[in-house]
Amino acid sequence: MQPLFLPGPSVTFRAIVLLAASVVVMVADHRWQHLESMRGVLESYIIYPLRYTINLPIDFFRWADQGLSSQQFLLEENARLKEQQLRAQVSLQKISVLERENDRLREMLGAQPKVGERMLVAELLVIDLDPNRQQVVINKGSNQGVYIGQPVIDAWGVMGQVIHVADSSATAMLISDPNHAIPVQINRNELRTTAFGLGCGGQLELRHIPHNADIEPGDLLVTSGLGGRFPANYPVGRIVEIDRPVGETFARVIAEPVAHLDRSREVLLVWREEAAIMNTEISPTQGPANAGK
Amino acid sequence: MQASRCYRVVVPTMLFSLMLVLLPLPEWAHAFRPDWVTLFMIYWAMAMPEFVGLLMAWIFGLLLDVAQGTILGQHALGLVLVIWLVQMTYLRIRVASLIQQALVIFVLLLAKLLLTLWVSGLVGQAPENITLYLLPSVTGALIWPWLFIVLRDIRRRYTLTNRF
Repeated sequence: MQPLFLPGPSVTFRAIVLLAASVVVMVADHRWQHLESMRGVLESYIIYPLRYTINLPIDFFRWADQGLSSQQFLLEENARLKEQQLRAQVSLQKISVLERENDRLREMLGAQPKVGERMLVAELLVIDLDPNRQQVVINKGSNQGVYIGQPVIDAWGVMGQVIHVADSSATAMLISDPNHAIPVQINRNELRTTAFGLGCGGQLELRHIPHNADIEPGDLLVTSGLGGRFPANYPVGRIVEIDRPVGETFARVIAEPVAHLDRSREVLLVWREEAAIMNTEISPTQGPANAGK
Repeated sequence: MQASRCYRVVVPTMLFSLMLVLLPLPEWAHAFRPDWVTLFMIYWAMAMPEFVGLLMAWIFGLLLDVAQGTILGQHALGLVLVIWLVQMTYLRIRVASLIQQALVIFVLLLAKLLLTLWVSGLVGQAPENITLYLLPSVTGALIWPWLFIVLRDIRRRYTLTNRF
């Protein structure tokens, strides 16, 4: 026989308790970031297996695609990559000479030596997050020494930073998220400013730029290293539009990120050298993937 | 019927609904993606209110928050509100036709979206296009009759209660 009324305390009472619990959780998460560990546990043990399962068929098709591509195609690709590698090698030679010269000059000036960096390649998981946020999930987590606030870059420039870490995955906020800001400078004249994300369009905005600032479309923005979160001198974006409305204090400056925010599949996680030492103490297992810079 | 047998069917389907939420879709389809977790939860809360209730809704709400990268508790709040409304009215919704049910589902989904929208606004992450944000309530209501039939077949296959 079915009971006509549900057993236990009244439904409304339970609803009120759980609604209150939700509010407490939200405040704790938003105001004090107390719940990162709980989020990490849920992500590691429940959500990550689901993400992994979803990714399996996609990975399989990619693998099958590679296996079935013709030898001719592979040979062509190989030749192209070899040429690219050669070109990169040549320009690296020049850079290493320049770097040595730079170090020498810095020494003569008595300036601080540059901090070294260490990198690890991570892959994006092909899954969808809330369409109103600009976030991605990568397949490296605290097991690999990833930490909150870590910079994420791709082959072209800065992509974003890590905001949540689980055991073997992490969520990164892209620089185009409306809640993201990154300290930058203009490569041409070292004018320092901050680039804010504009949301869905994937663009950046530079705020508080006076009308007479020396800034032109096409200028490259690089990280300034101020704030200590992003390493200095990585490309961030290019100025695409400058609007100087009459009667307003600041110009409206829009930049396009140079990183392929919506297309990159491999990304690089960057450790500054001091942080890297700390991390290797925690997890000495990871060696070969780290290319010194 | 014991609770354990019921959970052995309900929990996997709920996890499946989480996977549907995470499934990659083409860019244009993002705005149309129905809120699968809420739809599945409404069905189970309506079909088996003595086993599937508020606590489960709250837990899956938190999981949805983790999966989507939203602030913890945002979806949990909305889901608890919706399931509370379902528990208050399930005897009435059950006897309605599928079309009438879809209308009720539309209202429930809209209530949840408005609540999460409000929370997003409070934490400064309001979406740019409100109409697009509310669109999943329409697609959810449109998909409800089919989802209802599929889930009912699953429930009957595993002979979980014979009502509804």
